[in-house]
Amino acid sequence: MDTTPSKNAPLSETERVGPAAKEKSVFYRTSGRIATQLPPRGPEMAPLWPPKADIFMTIVFSAVVLTMPLWLQPFGAAYPDLMQRFAIFGIFAIGFNILFGLTGYLSFGHAAFLGVGSYAAVWSFKLFSLNIIPAIIMAVVIAGALAVAIGFVSLRRSGIYFSILTLAFAQMCYNLAYSVLTPITNGETGLRVLSDDPRIIDAIFGTNEVPVPRAELFGISMQGMPGFWTSAVFLIAAFVVALLITRSPFGMMLRGIKSNQVRMSYVGFNTRPYTLMAFVISGMYAGLAGGLLAVVDPLAGAERMQWTASGEVVLMTILGGAGTLLGPFLGAVLIKYFENIFSALGDTTLRSMLEFIPEGLRDTAIAIISPFVGDGWHLTLGVLFMLVVIFMPGGLIEGFRRIGRLFTGGGRKKENG
Amino acid sequence: MAVENAVLTVADVQKSFGGLRALSEIDLQIERGKTHAIIGPNGAGKSTLLNVCVGRIPPDEGAVVFKGQVITGKKPHEINQMGIARVFQTPEIFADLTVLQNVMVPAYAKRDGAVKFTLFHGMDKDTDIRLEAEQILMDLGLADKRHDDADSMSRGDKRRLELAMCLVQHPDLLLLDEPTAGMSRLDTNRTIDLLKSIKERGMTKVIIEHDMHVVFSLADKVSVLAQGRIIAEGTPDEVRANPKVQEAYLGGAH
Amino acid sequence: MDALIAQFLNGLDKGAAYALIALGLTLTFGTLGVVNFAHGALFMLGAFCAVLTAQVLSLESVTLDPTKLTPWGTPTEIRTTYAELYLGDFGAFITDYSIFIAVLVTIPIMLAIGFAMERGLIRYFYKRPHAEQILVTFGLAIVLSEIIKASFGANPIPVSAPEALRGSADIGAFLGLDMFINYPIWRLVYFLAAAIIIAAVFAFLNLTTYGMVVRAGMQDRDTVQLLGININRRFTLVFGIAAAVAGLAGALYTPIVPPHYNLGMEFLVLSFVVVVVGGMGSLSGAVAAGFLLGIVQSFASLAEVKAIIPGIDQIIIYLIAVVVLLTRPRGLLGRKGVMES
Repeated sequence: MDTTPSKNAPLSETERVGPAAKEKSVFYRTSGRIATQLPPRGPEMAPLWPPKADIFMTIVFSAVVLTMPLWLQPFGAAYPDLMQRFAIFGIFAIGFNILFGLTGYLSFGHAAFLGVGSYAAVWSFKLFSLNIIPAIIMAVVIAGALAVAIGFVSLRRSGIYFSILTLAFAQMCYNLAYSVLTPITNGETGLRVLSDDPRIIDAIFGTNEVPVPRAELFGISMQGMPGFWTSAVFLIAAFVVALLITRSPFGMMLRGIKSNQVRMSYVGFNTRPYTLMAFVISGMYAGLAGGLLAVVDPLAGAERMQWTASGEVVLMTILGGAGTLLGPFLGAVLIKYFENIFSALGDTTLRSMLEFIPEGLRDTAIAIISPFVGDGWHLTLGVLFMLVVIFMPGGLIEGFRRIGRLFTGGGRKKENG
Repeated sequence: MAVENAVLTVADVQKSFGGLRALSEIDLQIERGKTHAIIGPNGAGKSTLLNVCVGRIPPDEGAVVFKGQVITGKKPHEINQMGIARVFQTPEIFADLTVLQNVMVPAYAKRDGAVKFTLFHGMDKDTDIRLEAEQILMDLGLADKRHDDADSMSRGDKRRLELAMCLVQHPDLLLLDEPTAGMSRLDTNRTIDLLKSIKERGMTKVIIEHDMHVVFSLADKVSVLAQGRIIAEGTPDEVRANPKVQEAYLGGAH
Repeated sequence: MDALIAQFLNGLDKGAAYALIALGLTLTFGTLGVVNFAHGALFMLGAFCAVLTAQVLSLESVTLDPTKLTPWGTPTEIRTTYAELYLGDFGAFITDYSIFIAVLVTIPIMLAIGFAMERGLIRYFYKRPHAEQILVTFGLAIVLSEIIKASFGANPIPVSAPEALRGSADIGAFLGLDMFINYPIWRLVYFLAAAIIIAAVFAFLNLTTYGMVVRAGMQDRDTVQLLGININRRFTLVFGIAAAVAGLAGALYTPIVPPHYNLGMEFLVLSFVVVVVGGMGSLSGAVAAGFLLGIVQSFASLAEVKAIIPGIDQIIIYLIAVVVLLTRPRGLLGRKGVMES
């Protein structure tokens, strides 16, 4: 659950009383004496974190994702459209976390990659095939290429400059999508798949004559549950890749950059290629998410690139817990769940929900609540945003950890998350 | 005055900030395997000189040559990759990483160079890095803290950790910027012991210091800097006996 | 030639708006060390102060005149604004000149909002990482624009300039040039007002001791604090001034672009780019870059230019920012190391 797993790895018994412990303080008593004893080798050397824990976490994560149709029933959220969004925005947030959580570079322009991924996928549906494989590849590759270009420029600066630059680039993409690039993006109407598109690959196989064009995988239409299962598989893959990256030396370098970039360069690392790589990887994740959005609903619009969309993924990540592995997905599910519930609430539903309140107070309650629901969902989002940053900058995972620590006797620093 | 086996040569370096002469006509040869101390009163230009040596500040004139290569104008990571490691005046460590990881990061930089992406490769497979890091931590007495957060350590431990991060790279030249600044006498003595112990590894060291006790315990050679000029150079005893030094430094500062 | 001059003039009012917002942004960056993503929302709030003033001043009383019948046989409605009802001709006059009343209303409201923001929220973020400052003000920007959306609706609300200042004037004659340049009078007014506001801020910072301490704080906060000066009160005031400047910029801009709840973010992004181009921490850089980019953008919108490079008007500012950052990372007039990391 934590990206600094080695802290969590409990010291094995051999380690605790091993040569290391005996070595303690010898140094000072015999000034200048250098220990010649070697540290434990081979099987004795405890791994930096228990590999079993990672496998266990992956299995639990996969199980939770794949059983969503079951356990989401009581919440009234077990329908494909919403679960697809959980999975897709989970991918988006997990990818964003690779940049923000590991390197600390706060991008405000990741929605641009999401939008570009969607456009690329829809164009693949139009030009090549309704099969989702070329569409996903197109989405990831083109979003990645855009990330190389934007990252190359933006990463020349750090801190707020970087945030501003990414925000500016995203706004630029948004403006372009609405103006000059209308032939590609179809402007405000949005880009959709039409039945008379060329689809050259499908044409070769003679499968391009379809009454209603829908994304498919070798004949399975991506409408409804198959769309969810596809997104879920991609989500699990995305999670595993993020896990591997976090545990790799590369992941440690990224955290080193977040922790102390000056030190990184003074120990001999050229940090910019590392940050660029992280930026591109997270851009590709966003492209994948955008492509999947087009897979489940073959339509792409520029509103996906708006600054609020960039802000939303930031919120998901910090709400769950930036730098943690499970946090971003948790944040994405919560945000999308509440968005779904809140934005569907109208005054009439609200009135029937609040029937338990006495008549006189009910109108007041409704007057207070109604700006936050329905169209006012973004207000709730903004308030939530501020509350999380002010009171819970570590996010929910950090919060759980603190609560857990209360119950297990607090004092120990190496508490497991 | 040329030294046969000089690792680092500073040749006729001048540096001004605005109208202020920070360094003038600096010539220095750092001999291989020796500990060279640069001392001088506050504002003598010691830190500027160190920053020129690591290429952080480009000199107005002159050049800094390390192992036959001019390093002026190179980036910090390039200079490190050439074999120069640096300990800062206030410990610069990776506060969010564990102590062990703090040492593994520079070990990777030494092994893999300035850029190498190893995305899907578990760190546990790099036993060589791990062993190297564990060994250094053991040498410096930090082994039992290796899974702690670096940030949770005492200031003295952080400084030792920073030293470990430099030593794990086996640099040809180690630059130390006032390694005992702000330390108690006890901690200072411990650090002196520590630095003496690594002397046996044959590493060349440059120490910027104004604690004379530290200097005379460690240095093979001392250069005295005053008002941006080297006013004396020699063994600690020679320098101590030099009246010019006594006037400029010992007399003035203490 | 006259087209070029007209385009130059067109750039001035937009540039003036950029300059005013960027000025406030730089002021808060430099003195408080805080990145305020809600600064664009303050511009938007100022604009809605003007909307509100205009709406209040044009509240009407309706009386029925039974002697005159409409074609449908109902009595004619006579609408009179309350202002006119109570104050007569003077009332009609202030309704017409509501935008200037709005200026008088905006300054105290925006100062109060600025003080409240600094005391209630920003203050607690001075010591927290920049990322958290950005995030919390970003959240605030969403909240502010959504409140405006909930109260005023999502559609732009036009505010008219006073009748006397509504038309266009022949600048060519005014400048003594032998050509006809038609230019909306209100844009001239806006430019002049911006010049006055900028001059006032600079005068405050350079001529008063209070302002000089603030400027010293921009150079070296710690030292100023060591001198025993209560820097906190000054921070609050600086934040209030920045808010008021942004609010005024917004209020006076309403006759040019009808304000809507999302206006703030549009201007914020561009103003940030302006600050980056001008150089973080440099007040004169912010002003200069604001006008420069406004004018450049105006030229890029020329049909002739767009014919050569389509869409250039949409991205020219960002392109300039990229070029400046690649060639001169500190910005045109920036100081080294301000707000890095």
